[in-house]
Amino acid sequence: MRDFLQLCFAGLSVGSLYALVALGFVIIFKATGVINFAQGALLLVGGYLAYNVHNTWGVPFYLSIPVAMLLCGALGAVIERVILRRMVGQPVFAVIMVTIGLVFILDPVVTTIWGFDRLELGDPWGVETIGAGDLRLAVKDVWTIGLAAAVMAAFFAFFRYSRLGVAMRATAFDQEAAIANGISARRVFALSWAIAGAVATLAGVMMSAGGPGVRPDIQFIALFAFPAIILGGLDSPGGAVVGGIIMGLTQTLTAGYQPRYAEWLGGGFDGVMPYVVMVLILLVRPYGLFGTKEVRRV
Amino acid sequence: MARLRNLNMTLKYEDDLRLFKSRWSRAAILALLVLMVVLPLSYTDTFWLRVLNLAVIAAIGAIGLNLLTGFAGQVSLGHAFFIGVGTYAAVYFGEDQSWPLPLWLLACAVIGGVIGGIVGPFALRLRGNYLAVVSLGLVFLGIHVFKNWESVTGGPGGTGVNPPVTLGSLDFNELSLFGYTYSREQGWFLLIWPLVAVTALLVKNIVRTRPGRAMQAVRDRDVAAEVIGVSLARYKIGAFVVSSALAAFAGGLYGAYSQFVTPENSFNLPLSITYIAIIIVGGVGTIFGSIIGAIFIGGVPEIVSKYSHSIPFVSTSPSEAGFNLTVFQLNQIIFGVLIVVFLVAEPLGLAAVWFRIKAYFKSWPFSY
Repeated sequence: MRDFLQLCFAGLSVGSLYALVALGFVIIFKATGVINFAQGALLLVGGYLAYNVHNTWGVPFYLSIPVAMLLCGALGAVIERVILRRMVGQPVFAVIMVTIGLVFILDPVVTTIWGFDRLELGDPWGVETIGAGDLRLAVKDVWTIGLAAAVMAAFFAFFRYSRLGVAMRATAFDQEAAIANGISARRVFALSWAIAGAVATLAGVMMSAGGPGVRPDIQFIALFAFPAIILGGLDSPGGAVVGGIIMGLTQTLTAGYQPRYAEWLGGGFDGVMPYVVMVLILLVRPYGLFGTKEVRRV
Repeated sequence: MARLRNLNMTLKYEDDLRLFKSRWSRAAILALLVLMVVLPLSYTDTFWLRVLNLAVIAAIGAIGLNLLTGFAGQVSLGHAFFIGVGTYAAVYFGEDQSWPLPLWLLACAVIGGVIGGIVGPFALRLRGNYLAVVSLGLVFLGIHVFKNWESVTGGPGGTGVNPPVTLGSLDFNELSLFGYTYSREQGWFLLIWPLVAVTALLVKNIVRTRPGRAMQAVRDRDVAAEVIGVSLARYKIGAFVVSSALAAFAGGLYGAYSQFVTPENSFNLPLSITYIAIIIVGGVGTIFGSIIGAIFIGGVPEIVSKYSHSIPFVSTSPSEAGFNLTVFQLNQIIFGVLIVVFLVAEPLGLAAVWFRIKAYFKSWPFSY
C-alpha cells in the first residue's frame, strides 16, 4: 500500500507536467486548429531562459520563472505571427510539418547558445524530501503539483471570466461569428501561442528543478504528452489535464509493477505505455474522452 | 496539327494518358537510363556514390510515403517503423534463412505490406491530426518491439545486416564485370537505381489509373469520394499496404547496404520526419519529386559537412565553450529551415520549380 501511494504521488507529479504540456497543445489547437509539435521545443527554450534569467541575469529564482514565462510567451507569439499565420488554410499535414520544422530550428539554436551539458538550474528545492505519514515526498514534486495546479486554475479562471478568455473561447467555438462580433482573431491566435509558451516554460522549469538540471532532452516530454491530449480529446483543456494526470499515473504505476508482474512485455515498457493506452482508447472513442466529435456534413 | 504537336498540345485523351508525353521526355528518360549505367562504372569516388546510393534507397521509401500522403492524403509519421520492419525482415529471411536476393527483397515488401494492412484500418477511424499522432505512436511502439525481440533484432545494441546480395554470378558487394572489378558503392549503384526506376514506374502507373484517381478523390474530399462510389476502406487501406510495402522494401535495402542497425538510432522519429521532409522538398504528389527530394535532403548535409571549414562561424569541435555552432547543429537548422521555407513559399516543392521551368520553355517564345 505504501509503495502504491508513493508511486501515485510520483505519478501525480509527472502527470501534472504532462498536463501542463498538454494544456499548451490544446490551447493552440482549440484556437487555431494546429497541433503544435514544437511544444517540446518551446519547453526547452523556456527551461533555458529560466536558467539564463536566474543564473546569468541574477534575478531571484521565484521571480525568474514568471520572467521566463513572459519571454517564452513572447517567442510563441512571434512564431505565430511570423510563420504560422502564413499557414492559415493550408492542409493539416503542411501545418504539422511547419511546427516540426520549427523543432529542428529551435533545438540546435538552444544547444548552440547553451551547449549540450546539463546546467544547474539553481532552484532552492534540490533533492530534499518531506515526510507525510510513512511516505517520503520530494519537495520539488510537491511544488510541481502545487504550481501546476495554481497555473491551471489561473488559466481556467482566465478563460471563464476575463474578457480576453471569453474572446478566445468564442473564437475557438466559431471563428467567423467571433470576428463578426468584433473579436480580433489575430490577437487570439497570438495570445494562444503566448499562453502555450508560458505554460511550457513552467513545465520546463519543473522538469529541470530538483537536481537533474536543464538539459536538451527535457523537450522529449512533449512526445509523451501527445497520448495525453489524444486521451483527453484534442480540443478539451479539461481533458488535457485529466489525460495528463492519467498518463502520469499509468506510466509510473507501469514502471513500478510491470517488471514484477508482466515481465514478458519487455524492459522499459513504461516508456511506451502511454502510447498503448492511447491506441486502446482510440479504438473505443476516436475523439478521446472529452473531445468534440467531428460532425461531417455532406 | 503539326504545329500544335510541336507546342506539346494534348489533342487526344490517349496522349494525355501517355507516360512520356513528348519526344523530349522520351529522350531524357533514355539519357537518364544510359547515365544510370555509365555513371557508376566510370565515376569512382566512393563517398559521393555512397551518398547517392543512400539517397536513392530513401527515394524508394519516399515514393511509398508520397503515394500515401501526397496522393491518398493520409498523414503518417510512422514511416520509420516500416523501414525497420523491412530491415529486420532482411535480417531474418536474408541472413538467417539465407534466401536469395530477389526472394528476401520480396519477403521484405510482403511483410511490410501485411503489417501496413493491419495498421491501415486505423486510418478509417481517424483523420488528419489524430492519425498523425497515432502514427507517431507506431514509431515508439516499433522501437520498443525492436529492442525486445532480440533473436532477430539483436536488442538495443543492434545487429549486423548481411543478407546475400548476389544475382546469379553477380555479387553486388564486390562486382566484377567483363574482367573489371568495381567497388561496393559502384556495385550497389547498379543494383538499386534500376529498382528505383521500377518502383517509380510502378507507382506512376498506380496513380494514373483508377486506384490513383480514387486515392486522389479520397484525399481531396473523402465524403464526396464515397458518395461517387469510391470505397474508402479499399483505397485508404490499399494506400497503406502499398506504401508500407515500399517502405519495408527500402528498409531491406537500407539495412543490407549500411550493414548495421540499432533500433533507437536507425528507426526513430527523425527518420520518419526525414521522409516527410523529402516529399515536401521534392514535391508532394509527384513521383519524380520524391527522387529529387531524396537526393537533395541526402546530399545537402554531406555538402555542408564536406565544406564546413569554409563556412564562417562553424566550429568543428563540439566541446568549445560559449556560442558554438557545430556542423551537426548547422545541418539541423538547415533541415528545419528547408521544411519551413518550402511549406511557406513553395508547397509543391522542387517539382513545381521544375514544372515552371519546363512550362516556360514548352511554350517559348510565347511564355508569359
